[in-house]
Amino acid sequence: MDMTILQVFNGLSVSSILLLIALGLAVTFGLMNVINMAHGELIMIGAYSTYVTQGLFSAYMPKSWFDTYFIAALLVSFMVAAAVGWLLEMVLIRHLYGRPLDSLLATWGVGMMLQQIARFIFGAPNVAVTSPSWLNGGLAITSSIILPYKRLFIVLLVAVVLTAMYLYIYRTVQGRRMRAVMQNRSMAGCLGISTRRVDGLTFAIGSGIAGIAGCALTLLGPIGPSIGTYYIVDAFMVVVLGGVGKLVGTVAGALGIGVFNTLFETYTSASIGKVLVFACIVAFLQWKPRGLVALRTRSLD
Amino acid sequence: MKKQSVIVKGWASFVLCAILMSGCVTEKDTAPTAGADNGSPPVEAAGDSIKVGILHSLSGTMAISEVSVKDAEMLAIEEINAAGGVLGKQIEPVIEDGASDWPTFAEKAGKLLQQDKVAAVFGGWTSASRKAMLPVFEQNHGLLFYPVQYEGLESSPNIFYTGATTNQQIVPSVSWLLENRGKKMFLLGSDYVFPRTANKIIKAQLTAEGGELAGEEYTPLGHTDFSTIIAKIKEAKPDIVYNTLNGDSNVAFFKQLKDAGITSKDMTTLSVSVAEEEIRGIGADILEGHLAAWNYYQSTDTSENKAFVDKYKAKYGADRVTADPIEAGYTAVYLWKAAVEKAGTTDVDKVKEAAKGIEFAAPEGKVTIDGDNQHIHKTVRIGEVQADGQFKELWNSGEPVKPDPYLKTYDWAKGLSGE
Repeated sequence: MDMTILQVFNGLSVSSILLLIALGLAVTFGLMNVINMAHGELIMIGAYSTYVTQGLFSAYMPKSWFDTYFIAALLVSFMVAAAVGWLLEMVLIRHLYGRPLDSLLATWGVGMMLQQIARFIFGAPNVAVTSPSWLNGGLAITSSIILPYKRLFIVLLVAVVLTAMYLYIYRTVQGRRMRAVMQNRSMAGCLGISTRRVDGLTFAIGSGIAGIAGCALTLLGPIGPSIGTYYIVDAFMVVVLGGVGKLVGTVAGALGIGVFNTLFETYTSASIGKVLVFACIVAFLQWKPRGLVALRTRSLD
Repeated sequence: MKKQSVIVKGWASFVLCAILMSGCVTEKDTAPTAGADNGSPPVEAAGDSIKVGILHSLSGTMAISEVSVKDAEMLAIEEINAAGGVLGKQIEPVIEDGASDWPTFAEKAGKLLQQDKVAAVFGGWTSASRKAMLPVFEQNHGLLFYPVQYEGLESSPNIFYTGATTNQQIVPSVSWLLENRGKKMFLLGSDYVFPRTANKIIKAQLTAEGGELAGEEYTPLGHTDFSTIIAKIKEAKPDIVYNTLNGDSNVAFFKQLKDAGITSKDMTTLSVSVAEEEIRGIGADILEGHLAAWNYYQSTDTSENKAFVDKYKAKYGADRVTADPIEAGYTAVYLWKAAVEKAGTTDVDKVKEAAKGIEFAAPEGKVTIDGDNQHIHKTVRIGEVQADGQFKELWNSGEPVKPDPYLKTYDWAKGLSGE
């Protein structure tokens, strides 16, 4: 019984982590149609930004302030990753719209460059980030069911990011412009929207969210130059399964993969569990090639 | 509309390929080779220098571990050169990048042996890279010094194994755990050759020595979510988790274990792939109190080790740490030098013959090359992680243990070798 309750929570937690790493991609790949292989490296940039922020806090701030570094790190990660994403869009992606396979290769190359740059700056070994003390420990429901605060925090963080994204895209002027450009670029241009500026901003936002994911993942996982490679496949799987172009699809995709992965892993092993999940996804995409939530529009060619 | 679904389908198949390849690391960027003088005619040991190859992953996931071993080997070569070299000649290292990709290791090993005509190669880390290089060294009759603890059940005439084999690390540590920390053991490892072979041996040993198997789990390399595994461990309530996870998975496992409210006081974990270098990347506060089995720690108390640690830090920075494979790589270069000097030549057959019984005062203590199987006699040590990221030694074997890669001296291990 304890195991069941714990696994329900774990399924939810895994889903929230998947959603966090996929949300940025849902913007860059889902909305903009850029096969962004450097997404994992933007996550890495977020993780290293957290590491640097922590270093600055422990060097220049009074000790009692140290625990607040994580809040600052979330912001810094977003800003740094967004800046890198914006630069990437300006220099490279801009020239590759409508050429998905070229963008795949180019961003893959960018990803490898970013990894090697990280290796030059921070060295090849992993670095350690001390998580803030208010996230240590867990919520004890019974003596054997402990829900770690870090996982609860990530669930909360995902909810906040998702809400903010929803409000931005569907409730603000910039969001409306963004949707207009993504749905019909030339028409939006004719109506006086600067599509270039919208493209740059959208890509920067997607990248920034990847940075937030990187920051949050320092709580649970390793921080090293190649961590992006661990998350990139999962991120694409979530977006593709969920259906390209819709946020709600990404949420459904993350929930589906997270819950089923945990379920399969409980009854088999981690390796077999993963194989089963991917087998299910492949089978599902055969049946519904456009994913869980298909975008009904004539605009996506 | 149509194009969209083609992209999506293409993606699904692409991602599937990526999954299949993720075990063998997708990155293939090759760092520039340093010191390689490819233009010169391939004459063995001609002139006033002897070429040796250094072949580690300088890029890709394994760069985390292997770059430091390369650094230690370069330190040893530099020291030897400063002291007059080998046979009066300077050692000229040819550095190649295995790029965490096993076919690349085989290809670069062939290049070093055939094109550069190196006298010996120091390299490799994962068992997969060693297995990929093994046929190349046997066909070209080269010499490989392999510096990492491994799963045993192998003894190539062209490889010197300067890391521990199973009876110098895993077998004694399991015996010690059963005597001191309880009988119920949970085996957790990454899903590839080393953990699976190691766990096969441990299971036979548990049966023979009265232990009990509480569970056995494998995760793909690079696995980062251990919530389900930890739930299974909680359910099984073992006394000990024997951890053969490799690489970044260790970071995720220990971070999440602590969050789940399990500390070293509740349950013993013993790792065979977590050394000082990994502790820095995980955080000592997370690992404090957990155990590891190795032959060497930075804190090992020998005068040779003090000198080694000082020189390593002076060359590469005060914040760097030494660890078992780093020390084994450093020692390997000196063992090769001693063998070459005894043989009076770099000829592979003569060096192998001369190597038998060679002793060296290594940082880990006295090591001896075994006459039978080209492994080395090493002292076994079990250490506990301290708050400063260093190990405190809890137990050692007292004297160097004779290597026994096929576990022939253990009755319960009959039938394991599969040879």
